[in-house]
Amino acid sequence: MADSTDVETLLDRMASDLQDHLRRAGIDDPLMVGIHTGGAWVAEALHRRLGLDTPLGTLSITFYRDDFTRIGLHPQVRPSNLPFDLDDRHVVLVDDVLYTGRTVRAALNELFDYGRPASVKLAVLVTRPGRELPICADVSATELALAPGEHVKLTGPDPLQLVIQPG
Amino acid sequence: MSARDIQLDDQGRLRHFLTIEGLSREILTEILDYAENFTTVGHQPVKKVPLLRGRTIINLFFEVSTRTRTTFELAAKRLSADVLNINISASSTAKGESLLDMLRNLEAMHCDMFVVRHASPGAAHFIARHVAPHVSVINGGDGSHAHPTQAMLDMFTIRRHKGDFTRLSVAIVGDIMHSRVARSQIHALNILGVPDVRVVGPETLIPVEAPQLGVHVYHDLAEGLDGVDVVIMLRLQRERMSRALLPSEHEYFQCYGLTPEKLARARPDAIVMHPGPINRGVEMDSAVADGPQSVILEQVTNGIAVRMAIMAMTLGRAGGEA
Amino acid sequence: MSTLAITGGRVVDPANGLDGPADVFIADGRIVAVGPAPPDGFRPEQTLDASGRVVAPGLVDLAARLREPGQEHKATIASECAAAAAGGITTLCMPPDTHPVVDTAAVVELIHQRAEAAGAARVVTLGALTVGLEGTQLAEMAELKRAGCVGVSNALRPVHDTLVLRRALEYAASHDLTVFVHPEDPHLAQEGCVHEGVVATRLGLPGIPASAETVAVAQILMLLEQVPARVHFCRLSAARSVNLLARAQYDGMPVTADVAAHQLHLTEMDIGFFDNNCHLRPPLRTRRDLEGLRAGLVRGTVTAICSDHQPHDSDAKLAPFCETEPGISALETLLPLALRLTGGDEPLDLAAVIARLTCEPARVLGLAAGTLSPGAAADVCIFDPHAHWTVEPDRLVSRGRNTPFTGWELEGQVTHTLVGGRVVFQREDPP
Repeated sequence: MADSTDVETLLDRMASDLQDHLRRAGIDDPLMVGIHTGGAWVAEALHRRLGLDTPLGTLSITFYRDDFTRIGLHPQVRPSNLPFDLDDRHVVLVDDVLYTGRTVRAALNELFDYGRPASVKLAVLVTRPGRELPICADVSATELALAPGEHVKLTGPDPLQLVIQPG
Repeated sequence: MSARDIQLDDQGRLRHFLTIEGLSREILTEILDYAENFTTVGHQPVKKVPLLRGRTIINLFFEVSTRTRTTFELAAKRLSADVLNINISASSTAKGESLLDMLRNLEAMHCDMFVVRHASPGAAHFIARHVAPHVSVINGGDGSHAHPTQAMLDMFTIRRHKGDFTRLSVAIVGDIMHSRVARSQIHALNILGVPDVRVVGPETLIPVEAPQLGVHVYHDLAEGLDGVDVVIMLRLQRERMSRALLPSEHEYFQCYGLTPEKLARARPDAIVMHPGPINRGVEMDSAVADGPQSVILEQVTNGIAVRMAIMAMTLGRAGGEA
Repeated sequence: MSTLAITGGRVVDPANGLDGPADVFIADGRIVAVGPAPPDGFRPEQTLDASGRVVAPGLVDLAARLREPGQEHKATIASECAAAAAGGITTLCMPPDTHPVVDTAAVVELIHQRAEAAGAARVVTLGALTVGLEGTQLAEMAELKRAGCVGVSNALRPVHDTLVLRRALEYAASHDLTVFVHPEDPHLAQEGCVHEGVVATRLGLPGIPASAETVAVAQILMLLEQVPARVHFCRLSAARSVNLLARAQYDGMPVTADVAAHQLHLTEMDIGFFDNNCHLRPPLRTRRDLEGLRAGLVRGTVTAICSDHQPHDSDAKLAPFCETEPGISALETLLPLALRLTGGDEPLDLAAVIARLTCEPARVLGLAAGTLSPGAAADVCIFDPHAHWTVEPDRLVSRGRNTPFTGWELEGQVTHTLVGGRVVFQREDPP
């Protein structure tokens, strides 16, 4: 379990890593999109730290999940909000935890229904082993090796805390 | 045999959507909330989400209706479902037996949902009682009984304009007797907490026990519109003249047609609704239909998102650990 | 000489004012005596132990559709006579709306032959009031009476023309035939399929107002002020009709009425969300109507309870509500539903209920049935008044499985039915 100061530290590290990464890739005006709900909080923090001018976007991905037939419609959906044109832009997709990769897959699908970005980078606060798809983060603030059955969750928005739930 | 039994699954989630009657405020609010999210789909460059990809929805229309069928079709397609439209003339299914046979045949094609429009009250309940356990049924209008998706899109439109249901006065004007739309609206408005629901029309077009539905009855339009927040005008079927229910369209318009003058009795910010298609000069003046208070076209747009929400909720129940 | 004694039971024979422990002695198909001991020289070849049971006259049912001739896919005279026997009914009266209609002697004879062949119940029939029940030309009522019809009726078909109605009443009266009228104004009833009330309003079903019945009753009563006919009103459903009738009876008019047993227990509310088994004609009405009908039965305005049996094939009920055929399969629930009117705070006692199932309907039909009087045919219904059973459509003897009482726990079950001294029904698993 990490307390809120830890999360702030992680966000600082993440922001500077991301900045380096974008600089190396020659991207100076990225669009930032956070995945509901935790990813949106992280994206908001990064957006502030990077001082981006373009508005922040959020993705709900509820309608793009691949487990709809198994678990049905998520009870608290919130709309996606992409207040910009994606075409030919560089997008930074932000999530709190990268685990199986299925959420990112759904988010990519949804993004492409809004337009054709020039590139998509993935930035996450935490990665943990267990990928089920060929997806990896371009920027990750920390890596956690959890016991089977354990889950890590970002709670927030104020304060942001990482909570490890026992299996 | 309550609505709850057949419309909800054992975990209280929507399995069929046949009537508003008997549903909880929570479920109706959930539908409206979901619909809110689906409105964005219509604004995406790709107006489609993959939620119901691989599902088959059959629009089973025993009554001609281009508008309702089209919005259901569009809703299904925006959810990426495969849609089959089947229009059956009343004559080819004079017997219930062949109706059931037809259902069995369509089920054998592994469909997941029937959207049913039928001239006979209770047809959707009847079909829901006889479909395979995995199939959902949505009532697209059954005789004079119910048109629950229309009522929900009307509630959605009202909520977008008025927010809080619990402070509203709503008047429904016209042929309440034969209106499935009015019946479903009355249930929905009451369940959502609207304290003042009025029906306005001549006695011949008001059902005998209307007050038992939770409405106040008015025979005078100006009186019925006094201070209301929402005016819902109903469509008048031409055949009503032939059964001694009304003398003429002319007289109907004189008494119950909505004109700017009569609308002035309502609150200044009142909205005007109509399930369409409008008979201009019978139910309302063009000046009202096309005027600033009319939200009639919004209703049509909202109909797609609301139907998407209902389809996704009824088909998105499998499993249970959600 | 074949003889039988039914011993140890409680004999309820309202026609003779009997209600108490007694034995019933039968010889050659007729009642010989009812009392504590056999008459001199009576030697029963067989004895039927009825201890703990009620021994009553066989029930007389004023209205049962047997579906033959014409609708044998629903039921037959043989199948429904067997169901009648299982329900303790020994005399059944058929309305004339068979296919073909009972408007010729040949149809009457056919029905009598089929019923005799079946042998489980006596079947009498009403003749048509008008040819083909079309409401225009008088049927050959004298001929129908000669063939054995016990009355005339236009069944559920309207006589639109008031003059034809008047003439029909006059003509029936001249042949001493009771006219059995289903009071329903066809214009007010229109295409209705439920009571015009709360449920019609909720479900958007076309309604039949109570006035469709009261207007028709009033019309007949007004005609009877001029026409000296005898009229029996069939299947009253509205409390106001009972009031109209009570006034007419007080004024000395020769009018009687019956009610279907289900109308005494169900209201429009039982339709729920389109329960097709509650699609009836006349429709189920309100609690107030139900209470009015019961009060009429207590006061004697309404003298008979009938089954209004209408067996259907399953397809007839497999459609949206209005498109289904109305009616219920009711022979086997007649007695226990009527028995629910006794006991507790109910104003009717057992003998009064039995009267309304036996001698009273027999009187309406002008038959010497419904009694255990010495010399009468030994038509007997023996039932266990305390046996509980649950209505399960698949266990009905009738071909019609259409009952709204599925799952109801009823009290009172027939154990034996005798027609002409012969046991035509004996419950396999006596409770």
